[in-house]
Amino acid sequence: METKTMRRDVYIVDGARTPFLKARGKPGPFSASDLAVSAGRELLARQPFSPTDIDEVVLGCMMPSPDEANIGRLVGLRLGCSKSMPAWTVQRNCASGMEAIDNAVKDIAIGRHNLVLAGGTESMSRAPLLFNNGMVNWLAGMWGSKNIPAKLKQLIKFRPQFLAPVISLMKGLTDPTINLNMGQTAEIIAHQFNISREQMDAFALESHQRAANAISNKQLPEVAASYATTGQFFIEDDGVRHDTTMEKLGTLKPFFDKKFGNVTAGNSSQVTDGAALLLLASKEAVQKYKLPVLARIVDVEWAGLDPSVMGLGPAYASTALLKRYNLHLNDIDFWEINEAFAAQVLGCVEALADDQFCRDNLGMDKAFGKMDMSRLNVDGGGVALGHPVGASGARIVLRLAHILKRNNAQRGVASICIGGGQGGAMLIENVSSVGV
Amino acid sequence: MQTYKNWRLETDNDGILWVYFDKQDASVNTLNPETMEEFSSIVDSLANDTQHKGVIIASGKKNGFIAGADISQFNKFKDVADATAMLRKGQDIFEKLENLKMPTVAMIEGFCVGGGLELVLPCRYRVVEDGPKTRLGLPEVTLGIHPGWGGTVRLPRLIGALNGMDLVLSGRTVSGKAAAKMGFVDAAVPKRHLVRAAKQYILSKPARHKASWFQELTNSKFARKFLAKMMRKKLRAKINPAHYPAPFQALDNWEEFGVDGEMPYEQEARTCGKLFFSETSRNLVRCFFLQERLKGLAKESQFSPKHIHVVGAGTMGGDIAAWCALKGMTVTLQDREPKLIAPAIKRAYNLFKEKLKEPHLIQQAMDRLMPDVSGQGIARADVIIEAIYEDLAAKQALFKSVESKAKPTAILATNTSSIPLDDINSVLDRPERLVGIHFFNPVAKMQLVEVVKGDRTADDVAAKALSFTRKIDRLPLPVKSSPGFLVNRILMPYLLEAVNMLDEGIPAPVIDKAMVEFGMPMGPIALGDAVGLDVCLSVAKYLGKYLNIPVPQRLITMVEQGKLGRKSGEGFYKYKNGKQIKPDDVSTDKSLEDISDRLVLRMLDEAFACLREGVVADGDLLDAGMIYGTGFAPFRGGPIHYAKTKGIHDLYQQYTRQKQLRGEKVDETRTWEMLMETN
Repeated sequence: METKTMRRDVYIVDGARTPFLKARGKPGPFSASDLAVSAGRELLARQPFSPTDIDEVVLGCMMPSPDEANIGRLVGLRLGCSKSMPAWTVQRNCASGMEAIDNAVKDIAIGRHNLVLAGGTESMSRAPLLFNNGMVNWLAGMWGSKNIPAKLKQLIKFRPQFLAPVISLMKGLTDPTINLNMGQTAEIIAHQFNISREQMDAFALESHQRAANAISNKQLPEVAASYATTGQFFIEDDGVRHDTTMEKLGTLKPFFDKKFGNVTAGNSSQVTDGAALLLLASKEAVQKYKLPVLARIVDVEWAGLDPSVMGLGPAYASTALLKRYNLHLNDIDFWEINEAFAAQVLGCVEALADDQFCRDNLGMDKAFGKMDMSRLNVDGGGVALGHPVGASGARIVLRLAHILKRNNAQRGVASICIGGGQGGAMLIENVSSVGV
Repeated sequence: MQTYKNWRLETDNDGILWVYFDKQDASVNTLNPETMEEFSSIVDSLANDTQHKGVIIASGKKNGFIAGADISQFNKFKDVADATAMLRKGQDIFEKLENLKMPTVAMIEGFCVGGGLELVLPCRYRVVEDGPKTRLGLPEVTLGIHPGWGGTVRLPRLIGALNGMDLVLSGRTVSGKAAAKMGFVDAAVPKRHLVRAAKQYILSKPARHKASWFQELTNSKFARKFLAKMMRKKLRAKINPAHYPAPFQALDNWEEFGVDGEMPYEQEARTCGKLFFSETSRNLVRCFFLQERLKGLAKESQFSPKHIHVVGAGTMGGDIAAWCALKGMTVTLQDREPKLIAPAIKRAYNLFKEKLKEPHLIQQAMDRLMPDVSGQGIARADVIIEAIYEDLAAKQALFKSVESKAKPTAILATNTSSIPLDDINSVLDRPERLVGIHFFNPVAKMQLVEVVKGDRTADDVAAKALSFTRKIDRLPLPVKSSPGFLVNRILMPYLLEAVNMLDEGIPAPVIDKAMVEFGMPMGPIALGDAVGLDVCLSVAKYLGKYLNIPVPQRLITMVEQGKLGRKSGEGFYKYKNGKQIKPDDVSTDKSLEDISDRLVLRMLDEAFACLREGVVADGDLLDAGMIYGTGFAPFRGGPIHYAKTKGIHDLYQQYTRQKQLRGEKVDETRTWEMLMETN
């Protein structure tokens, strides 16, 4: 059919993210907009242009707090961007951050904007507790009672179970069409590809070790310190366990399919707060402000699949993307596949190496190929760092751009699975200038 | 319709008369004999007016409603009788206003204080703009008098004594919303509804606001006895009636005469008239004009900085950054590591919470204050303030790197309290860009900022620094770059003298008590503990060398033992959770007056030395510096003014005699006499 080429090139100029902060059972120190402002102002402060020169802000966020409607606009204003600058918010579940970048890419490609701030943010620790239906109806009855006898009548209808809260985070992480939570979809993939508990734990251990290495080798220049009003400050991702072992991971109980499952809190991504923002620019903007270039965004692809194996989304999206450019597995120097669950990333790797799977599901005549694990998530992933759902998609793109630079490599793919049965993939290229 | 010089009268389509106060040749409305005279004749004409449905009094100025009585008139009265007569006349005018048959509305935008509030209290209704600039109150006590145009009577009558007398006695001002809640304003509305609200009151004529039965009860004879006792106790805990008699007088008046009938007004005018001639009032009015003079110093420059970069996030640097952000500046705060900045962010948050209250305003201020470890703000800042530790080489290195990155129009400022500017700027390509902007601790409380000019500092850079200081609502004092500048230079010998007195066996609480009785906000020993004895020691060493004052051994020993004052839990006093543990009562054979005399004379000796060396331009500026930089007893008008009042010659004789008695040498070159003519 038709080819999807873009009209103008789009460059990643710079990016910053907050340390990813593990939710510790109570609301964390930052709201979603606080996180985005914290990363964004550090990013903007080092630019040669003023925040008012930005044309647009697009943010991905799955669960902004009730007072953060259109959080993209809120963050734009808090960062000191112009009041006349438009800003908006996107939501594609776990890929919201990547979706925001895709939208910015499109706006720059078609010539609508030259300089766009895009990324994602999530404060999962602040996901609200909601009243259940019984409570809502009872309250409505109270407010509707106009006189004291009516109020008293309503009052005695109260039942203690009305006080049981609805945990919005759990709702958000459950697929309503199939009534499975995300961990259960990972169990299905593990079953399908025969992935053992040991394989998952080994993958998790590697994720922690790689992340710990990246931190101790100071290889994460995009991480900007965050400061809380309490006087606390955060300079690194605090979910990374520098000292974890297979033994420790082995002691954890299955979390989603209780008793007989294999997916544990240890081999799943953590519930985490964080934000990641990228500055995207057209060639014109790069030249106008003499900006350094980190990478070029070549293209983006989205794919849909059976919601009950949503974790295989990256296999679908990335192969479709590469097919379009006639690229093969070996043409890609580095991969980022977001680690929602160890089982799901391993599932993707298995699927791409499986002739049958690739024939039946990806329209190929044989397996796509065997992934070199030393080129996948080289600085760790969501299992170690956490997965603030709105931010992860932006984080992996930014990390990948830095990894390509660091290794003098050429091409990379960042891909992410999406609750509800989708996958997203972004192809980027290491360039240092916009050419002539 | 008759025309007036200071008042503009207009009739609108609804038949309402608008009386705009628009004082001739002034940017702000104040009440003086001429404007009152005209207002009187307007009120007279309204008494027989049948044409209009009502009258709305409003301001013709862009800025504010009425700032009160014209303070420059305060010292123009011939005698107490003259002052009292003026007050009675004003009371008469306001009484006529109160008795008008037609409805009267005061429509207030911005400040409405002192005489301004007394003018609107007799109106039947008051509507105010609910905005950040609206402030209402009776701040007369801050000028050493109490309200004299009926304010001490009408306010407690209208809203009860608890809030009413509190406003009179404290002199504090409140927002429009708070005033509406208390009841002396009928409605606080956004600007878009203000005119409609004002007209609505005329057209619908609702019942006028009345005190609740409980509020009314607070003014009964029985309640007054009881409440006055409580209020007096509360007042005494804060201020000394010998120093600040006005609020005590207002309280006595209320207790004795209440709020009904003619007597309270007569009494109010009588005692207020007397207070005009008190030493305290004279000196507080003097302070007011000193403050105006400092404010005026900033008017020469059009400099309007937006972005401030502060290097050094310690107590001073962090608090300077927070204060600038509070006042609307974009601020970047730099230090070597996040952990050094984080405590400053917490303090800033607490400051914003206290001052701004509303969450969205607090968030805006927090967003304006950015921690900046990598120093990105330098290239964008209009003012760069260095507040790192006192080390010449470190400061030089810092400014050298800052100079290469900063905008060419930015001014470079150091908050140093001891290092001469011309030592620091010697490493700069353009040394004329460096100026001293010296804040005092705590930044949020001390209004004074010394603006220090080195020999090489350019005039326009110094002017910009003055202007910046005003933009963040502090009082700038231009000083010469000499050791200790003005305030620390005068303070340090005074503190060291106090330490010497400890060595002579006078107990610390006695020394402190003597100076508090003199009128200082805290005694010298407690002050040393608050500042930190390590800081005192380093300043003492440095200044002592220059001023030839030996550093007391006791101070050195205490610092060596880790007794650093309040922050370490022990200094001259002991502290628990930052609060002083009350020392045991001690007695001494020395009179408090002898103690304070000796300390004040030591302070004066240094003050005169500063004048002689031209550290500040004149004695008034010196007084202003000591009042707003150290809290030197404002009711005494400043050290130089105090010396003049007591007689410079006599005080000097006393000072040298004391020194000789103690066997100390008198330095003949440090005579005060030569200053008697010039100052």
